[in-house]
Amino acid sequence: MDVLALTQKFPQTQNCAGQDMTTFAVNSAELADIVKYLRDEQGFDLLADLCGMDWKDRTPNLGVVIHLLSTKKREYVRLHAACVDDSVPTVSAIHPGANWHEREAYDMFGIKFIGHPDPRRILMWDAYPYHPLRKDFPLAGIEVPFPAADVAAVTGQTVEPAPMMGGPFVSSGGHMSGAEPQALDQSWNEEKPKS
Amino acid sequence: MVKSDFGYNSKIEGEVIVTRADAVVNWVRSHSVWPMPMGLACCAIELMAAGGSRFDISRFGMEVMRFSPRQADCMIVSGTVTYKMAEVVRRIYDQMAEPKWVVAMGACASSGGMYRSYATLQGVDNIVPVDIYISGCPPRPEALLDGMMLLQEKIRQEGGSLKRTFRGRTVDTKIVS
Repeated sequence: MDVLALTQKFPQTQNCAGQDMTTFAVNSAELADIVKYLRDEQGFDLLADLCGMDWKDRTPNLGVVIHLLSTKKREYVRLHAACVDDSVPTVSAIHPGANWHEREAYDMFGIKFIGHPDPRRILMWDAYPYHPLRKDFPLAGIEVPFPAADVAAVTGQTVEPAPMMGGPFVSSGGHMSGAEPQALDQSWNEEKPKS
Repeated sequence: MVKSDFGYNSKIEGEVIVTRADAVVNWVRSHSVWPMPMGLACCAIELMAAGGSRFDISRFGMEVMRFSPRQADCMIVSGTVTYKMAEVVRRIYDQMAEPKWVVAMGACASSGGMYRSYATLQGVDNIVPVDIYISGCPPRPEALLDGMMLLQEKIRQEGGSLKRTFRGRTVDTKIVS
């Protein structure tokens, strides 16, 4: 690909060291323009992937990573864009395949895609209050009401944290032992039922 | 020879069969289980294998898989029940006519399995009463057949009314017969 043409047209774009493909850190305000430019001028005609990211130690911590593929040159390019106020412009008007990927990134990370035609959750139910793939969200989950109030009234069920806070199926550490891997949290297990 | 609650000796009784109403109703029910395949994950593949020619679930009188809950009386929950899907599972269970039974097939349906996470219900017995639990991840079709035969055994031992317990509470449902 023509790196120079891209960085001259969009001066805020930085060429990063990518281990497997050409990688750019781009200004999120220019993201849609760059994707459109790469599609129309440089032949990156296929959106291979779009995902949200939570870089725990960066500010802002949230961002979007896009992989584009040129089916003619058989070449990939990767774009990083950090969010501004947890939002980035949508690329679903340029690559319609981004629609559900952006909904997933919104669902899991709370990244808002400005101009998205259908900005609903895609995996969790609509009333779910958290964005579970953020680094500050515990894997076990946080207790919230059950999705359906009438089912909850009959069963008394809530969305409760899963029992293994220490992480699922980890070994007890040290040298590898013959014992089965088990969770650090043993607050309920086969011998001690859930209270 | 299957253990039976009633006997028939044609030399003595001619064309008369003497039995208890419970026994004959339960015998009929246990040999015409209509399962509702609640296929949610990879266990459903083993469920399909059990329905195929190699394992042939119809040998045991329960091959009539019905995808409508109103025509089924045994829900086979085969797969991971997420909280989003749990609502649907419960609604479909509610739509099934009594008498009805639930089989939790595999680790996920029984206990959440390996999915200790924010999204997964830790066992379908949290929302519906389960009759049979089948271990395995996923269970082999033989294990499913074994579980279903265990369910048939359970049906044959049921009393005149279905005493069903759910969360320690007995739900008494009269049989319409």
